[in-house]
Amino acid sequence: MIHSLFLINAAGDIFLEKHWKSVVSRSVCDYFFEAQERASEAENVPPVIPTPHHYLLSVYRHKIFFVAVIQSEVPPLFVIEFLHRVVDTFQDYFGVCSEVMIKDNVVVVYEVLEEMLDNGFPLATESNILKELIKPPTILRTVVNTITGSTNVGDQLPTGQLSVVPWRRTGVKYTNNEAYFDVIEEIDAIIDKSGSTITAEIQGVIDACVKLTGMPDLTLSFMNPRLLDDVSFHPCVRFKRWESERILSFIPPDGNFRLLSYHVSAQNLVAIPVYVKHNISFRDSSSLGRFEITVGPKQTMGKTVEGVIVTSQMPKGVLNMTLTPSQGTHVFDPVTKLLSWDVGKINPQKLPSLKGSMSLQAGSSKPDENPTINLQFKIQQLAISGLKVNRLDMYGEKYKPFKGIKYMTKAGKFQVRT
Amino acid sequence: MTDSKYFTTTKKGEIFELKAELNSDKKEKKKEAVKKVIASMTVGKDVSALFPDVVNCMQTDNLELKKLVYLYLMNYAKSQPDMAIMAVNTFVKDCEDPNPLIRALAVRTMGCIRVDKITEYLCEPLRKCLKDEDPYVRKTAAVCVAKLHDINAQLVEDQGFLDTLKDLISDSNPMVVANAVAALSEIAESHPSSNLLDLNPQSINKLLTALNECTEWGQIFILDCLANYMPKDDREAQSICERVTPRLSHANSAVVLSAVKVLMKFMEMLSKDLDYYGTLLKKLAPPLVTLLSAEPELQYVALRNINLIVQKRPEILKHEMKVFFVKYNDPIYVKLEKLDIMIRLASQANIAQVLAELKEYATEVDVDFVRKAVRAIGRCAIKVEQSAERCVSTLLDLIQTKVNYVVQEAIVVIKDIFRKYPNKYESVIATLCENLDSLDEPEARAAMIWIVGEYAERIDNADELLESFLEGFHDESTQVQLQLLTAIVKLFLKKPTETQELVQQVLSLATQDSDNPDLRDRGYIYWRLLSTDPVAAKEVVLAEKPLISEETDLIEPTLLDELICYIGTLASVYHKPPSAFVEGSRGVVHKSLPPRTGSSESAESPDTAPSGVQAAEQPAVIPTQGDLLGDLLNLDLGPPVSGPPIATSAVQMGAVDLLGGGLDSLMGDESEGLRSDVGGSPAIGGGGFAPAPSTTMPTNLGAPLGSGLGDLFDLTGGVGTLSGSYVAPKTVWLPAMKAKGLEISGTFSRQVGSISMDLVLTNKALQVMSDFAIQFNRNSFGLAPAAPLQVHAPLAPNQSVEISLPLNTVGSVMKMDPLNNLQVAVKNNIDVFYFSTLYPLHILFVEDGKMERQMFLATWKDIPNENEAQFQIKDCSLNADAVSSKLQGSNIFTIAKRNVEGQDMLYQSLKLTNGIWVLAELRIQPSNPSFTLSLKCRAPEVSQYIYQAYETILKN
Repeated sequence: MIHSLFLINAAGDIFLEKHWKSVVSRSVCDYFFEAQERASEAENVPPVIPTPHHYLLSVYRHKIFFVAVIQSEVPPLFVIEFLHRVVDTFQDYFGVCSEVMIKDNVVVVYEVLEEMLDNGFPLATESNILKELIKPPTILRTVVNTITGSTNVGDQLPTGQLSVVPWRRTGVKYTNNEAYFDVIEEIDAIIDKSGSTITAEIQGVIDACVKLTGMPDLTLSFMNPRLLDDVSFHPCVRFKRWESERILSFIPPDGNFRLLSYHVSAQNLVAIPVYVKHNISFRDSSSLGRFEITVGPKQTMGKTVEGVIVTSQMPKGVLNMTLTPSQGTHVFDPVTKLLSWDVGKINPQKLPSLKGSMSLQAGSSKPDENPTINLQFKIQQLAISGLKVNRLDMYGEKYKPFKGIKYMTKAGKFQVRT
Repeated sequence: MTDSKYFTTTKKGEIFELKAELNSDKKEKKKEAVKKVIASMTVGKDVSALFPDVVNCMQTDNLELKKLVYLYLMNYAKSQPDMAIMAVNTFVKDCEDPNPLIRALAVRTMGCIRVDKITEYLCEPLRKCLKDEDPYVRKTAAVCVAKLHDINAQLVEDQGFLDTLKDLISDSNPMVVANAVAALSEIAESHPSSNLLDLNPQSINKLLTALNECTEWGQIFILDCLANYMPKDDREAQSICERVTPRLSHANSAVVLSAVKVLMKFMEMLSKDLDYYGTLLKKLAPPLVTLLSAEPELQYVALRNINLIVQKRPEILKHEMKVFFVKYNDPIYVKLEKLDIMIRLASQANIAQVLAELKEYATEVDVDFVRKAVRAIGRCAIKVEQSAERCVSTLLDLIQTKVNYVVQEAIVVIKDIFRKYPNKYESVIATLCENLDSLDEPEARAAMIWIVGEYAERIDNADELLESFLEGFHDESTQVQLQLLTAIVKLFLKKPTETQELVQQVLSLATQDSDNPDLRDRGYIYWRLLSTDPVAAKEVVLAEKPLISEETDLIEPTLLDELICYIGTLASVYHKPPSAFVEGSRGVVHKSLPPRTGSSESAESPDTAPSGVQAAEQPAVIPTQGDLLGDLLNLDLGPPVSGPPIATSAVQMGAVDLLGGGLDSLMGDESEGLRSDVGGSPAIGGGGFAPAPSTTMPTNLGAPLGSGLGDLFDLTGGVGTLSGSYVAPKTVWLPAMKAKGLEISGTFSRQVGSISMDLVLTNKALQVMSDFAIQFNRNSFGLAPAAPLQVHAPLAPNQSVEISLPLNTVGSVMKMDPLNNLQVAVKNNIDVFYFSTLYPLHILFVEDGKMERQMFLATWKDIPNENEAQFQIKDCSLNADAVSSKLQGSNIFTIAKRNVEGQDMLYQSLKLTNGIWVLAELRIQPSNPSFTLSLKCRAPEVSQYIYQAYETILKN
């Protein structure tokens, strides 16, 4: 099971350690530092590192390495999932997960970590339950605590922990009862030089924010549930009901949670909402290159594409770029060779473009690799897969809740090769 | 107001200040002080000096303060055991608290304090908590048993906690069940022999019920536990699979992967004709694909596992090639894994897409990734024949880019393509030669030299090219030197007239100016071959090479099956069984896939390795022919050598080895193309005989079978039949279904000094069998046939023939595992078949194994005690005299008999064919049917097999 946890910042300082069994010397992290040195970038540090007596499993998030130490055979996914859960919990508690924030709240962090694992076994990882055990710090509470001498540690056993619905606490009360669902789809795609799609898939999630009094029992049905053949559910969803009727039936946790994530794979046709026309050329003899890209809408179902950002890692040989955008702003960093163009909205009548020249290192041959263009964008009120919620019903409680559904499509890893 | 204020006191006297604050009367001040202490502790500062002061704060009704003090205690109790005892009272009191949260907290913290004195006090509260009315307390207590076991295993057993823990598996609360399973699994891991998780259909049912209701982490523990269960038939397997399948839709990827493990394992038992089997296959793909959209660290673990799954059941993901396409900002460790899986999934149907992708990757920035992509193109060419031409042209395009490392990598893989498709793509050689000068990596240089040597007759200036390499001969790496030597000899044999000078030059460079023994030996051998018999030299050096196999770096099937049982674990990430790397895994139990119970398909199910005495009776068909054949081929290269096996053989074989090893490395090289020679000086001996199986190109498959085996069958010897030692009944060694209708059963016997293998060959095929021949692989005791296998008439269908094959022990020696393993190849007019069997060691006990008394005493004393091994022979009702005479029949000689306190002590000796003496002491108590056998031997690894021989003889 999980033995210890070390938090390491970008500078390579261990700024927090927590042991759930006997103390493991922090020198074990030296093996991690070695691997870190070998990896060119922080993202490339391998997640599993063997050492003579331990294994180090790490995740890298928010510029912090969370390094778990294990001693015996433990499913690595279990450890990595748990580490991600730790990060999510910190974020949930403190709003952001950063070194400063963790240091500012070190005692709460320590108490939370102690509550999450016992002897390396996960104890309480649901944020609903954790928050009952250890209350998240708020300015108000800190002030009250200082005056009254009360604590931010709950002294009652969280009610939900052992019930049939461990994810929900009892006695929830709201004056305004509301349930919001966000259907968010991200398109991962690779587009080749000629503009044809190599792979495209949709990673979708339904995130919910449910603030309902009592023990509501919800059902959510879709217009086209057949789209969802590859889904992962929150534990609250009744799987049998989904299998037989394709209806999501669940008693929701209180607050924010991810109800379901789904995956629409390459075999189903995935619509590509934007296209990129590009003309990037290096000439062998000249020290100048030409650069021109244009972005335009493709299959957007009549919606506006906004928040468009184009980034591209230029080859090392590019010294500088002189570009003029038809709209938005652009930056080229001559050190990292990263070009970034914040386009904004795409107006189909007047397509945004970025044109100009690149100055190349004199005398060197033309670069071996072609830059890949990375695209970000957003489309409001559209789930690109066509997924639509049919209706949401509530049972078990008398009041009428306020319900809302929002759709959004975003670019995930959307890459255009040139 | 944040906690960072706790870090601000860094000036001197900090500890002193804290001490004062801890002893303050004000509660609030105390708490703040403890927080400061904890804050210092988290960053690794030593605040152990404050131990008594912090412990004093423990008696409080403020839960936060209590928790903080507990946190401190857990960290420092071990360094202050005497002080820690002060806390015991509070713990015990807290275990009685009406608030379950406090009870649980107390028992949980106590378990974390690894101090013996505290542990003693833990037992009573723990016992109560295990039966607490509140499930929260029970589940906490369950984990506490595991903690206690880690500190003091004996105590846990003595106190009966394990039984209580087992009872908790039937608890009404699913969280309690999950934690009990987790605790038991952890305990079982450190004690693999203890049968803690005794799984039966009832307990499985309970686990499956708890699976639906417990937390995600509990589900992982339960699924991992289920995976260890062996269903009794396919129906039970199917019903478990049905109940596990919903877990595939869980949001937690660890749950998904553990479910995949259970399904992959139990699927093995389902018949492929079943509709359900197909449904299950379909259900497995989507969750695996989904894992690839998770965070990169999760993707990496998932990909390592998918790599195994794709090798075991390629059909699951065969349509999902695209999800493995690499995105340019994937971390490098994800990229490399994806690439590997892409090649495994490559087939004629998707090769065009794959090639286009690979070409794209070859122009990326990351050098490691680019290299691997270029290699991948070569592997595609070898795997999918139809694509070879496109692959070659893609590689040529890449060579035109003139990017140095791309060119080198491309040349290395083109060499492999030449090996696979000889005489097909020679037109590209010209292009390759243009790039000769840019090659600076040994592997690429060696590959290029190999190509020039191999196609010397078609390259006009081959001699010039090779000569250019020769200038800096001494600066080259060994790999290149060896290759250059061989290539020039090839060139000479092809164009003798123009290149005489060149060959002399290289031979003298290799033999006179080099101190590398490999190079020198190879040089001498070529020299001698060329000078004595140029025709033979031509036959050897220009021999037709075996084709290289299609799939490279596949995991060996039995290992793959074992790894499938470890999906989702570290073993699956490293692709090694846990026994190979897990620290402190004392005798890890090897897991194996369950056999398929459906009819007609048993031929597909992997043979599970049997163990112990039972193994001797079960045939094990050798799964990989490549290695064995390689070894068999080597057999006829070295003259048979007798002598003590294992460690000592090297010295004795030194003389012949100069020739044997050299010839072999010559042959090995020819048959394997470019392989950096392993093995160092000739004195390494026996080991040097086998070409080390190269991981990049295992190529011995289907080698010059005819010639190799043909040579093997001209050994002669005599036949002897006289009564002698115990002979086991015949068992089936090679079932008919694995040998195209030939069934072989047999046993071993020893009669007055001669060993024989008694065989029954049965023809269960529809055609007549003839041309039988037999050959043994090298084995631990040098067993070899003393005569050819003589089957006088062709064997008609449904006919059997009994043969006694005399054996001698002068064959080549190689230590086998198990020691008494014998790998056999049998040939007939249809095919060559391989099987392995275990021979009882007593056939090797020689007649002059009686030792002098004095000698016995001296030897017994002389052999160090750590070589002594003790065994129990159970349920044997013979008396001492009967035992003695029975053993004597099998050449185990009783030297002395003593009666000590009513027990008979027999002192015995025996000698093995290779001269190893084994001394034994057998203790027989008249009332007790269990004998105690103590064995002493200078080669203690034989003891276990001697014991097996004893048991076999005495029980029959």
